[in-house]
Amino acid sequence: MAAKGKVTFSRDLCKGCGLCVSACPLKILEMDRETINEKGYNPAYCADPQKCIGCANCAMMCPDQVITVERF
Amino acid sequence: MAVVFERTKGLRPVSTHYCPGCTHGIIHRLTAEALEELGVLDRAIGVAPVGCSVLAYNYFNCDMQEAAHGRAPAVATGIKRVLPDKFVFTYQGDGDLASIGTAEVVHAAHRGENISIVFVNNAIYGMTGGQMAPTTLAGQRTTTSPLGRDPLHAGYPIRIAEMLAMIPGAAFIERVSVDSPANVRKAKKAIKRAFEIQLEGKGFSLVEVLSTCPTNWGIEPPLALKWLRENMIPYYPLGNFRDKTKEEATDE
Repeated sequence: MAAKGKVTFSRDLCKGCGLCVSACPLKILEMDRETINEKGYNPAYCADPQKCIGCANCAMMCPDQVITVERF
Repeated sequence: MAVVFERTKGLRPVSTHYCPGCTHGIIHRLTAEALEELGVLDRAIGVAPVGCSVLAYNYFNCDMQEAAHGRAPAVATGIKRVLPDKFVFTYQGDGDLASIGTAEVVHAAHRGENISIVFVNNAIYGMTGGQMAPTTLAGQRTTTSPLGRDPLHAGYPIRIAEMLAMIPGAAFIERVSVDSPANVRKAKKAIKRAFEIQLEGKGFSLVEVLSTCPTNWGIEPPLALKWLRENMIPYYPLGNFRDKTKEEATDE
């Protein structure tokens, strides 16, 4: 299935709170345990971009406006 | 491809000092988006409180004024009366509005001042280290109520929205929550409506937003939202408590 949406993260603004991960209806967001950003947190990322539907629930819950959402 | 969500111009492009998962960030965004969508960013004056959101003046992309603890509605009254063409709002927490500043907000509502207030209720004093606030729930553990708040000793939690809805001067009072994407969208609508009430010159408007404090509650951010849903919403029911514009419509 082709992706219907795309999420872009400003990774260095992320504080790693995980609210986007819990808000995603498709459970495709994860915390990147391999990376440490400028602030010293593990930032969120989209583990399976092909499944994104562009619902913007993650962006709705992000307290730090890290996420930009596009829809095809 | 269309961008369906991006950072609002109502917030400056800076990182906030809030703890990870603090819903102040969401409420800042909703307030800023409402200002941007109503086209009042260039003539808005915000009044910042004392508390966690004391540095709100660094984040909103409009003119801001800092007020003494709890006195934001009084400062906003002065600004609005001297500059009636400006859009004036205050952004206050529960330690500011519901405790030291209760008199100010009650009298601003009684005078029917044409200002808007965003009231963030997270049931605890965040900035000073998690002490019991007037809005702390019965039985809730804080650093000054380690065995849980005992209403017989410390009184009952104060319901600001219900109290202000009884005041004849208040035009719009609503309580919303930011615990889920759907509720965040509802909160945005309420804040925008409250701001429209001021632009229409109808008088005092206040939106109480139930918020979390993961750090001082000692709960992970996603679980803090669950805690809010299960513990705060039963005591602080969501909904509109007063809308003068609707009351006028039914009177006619």
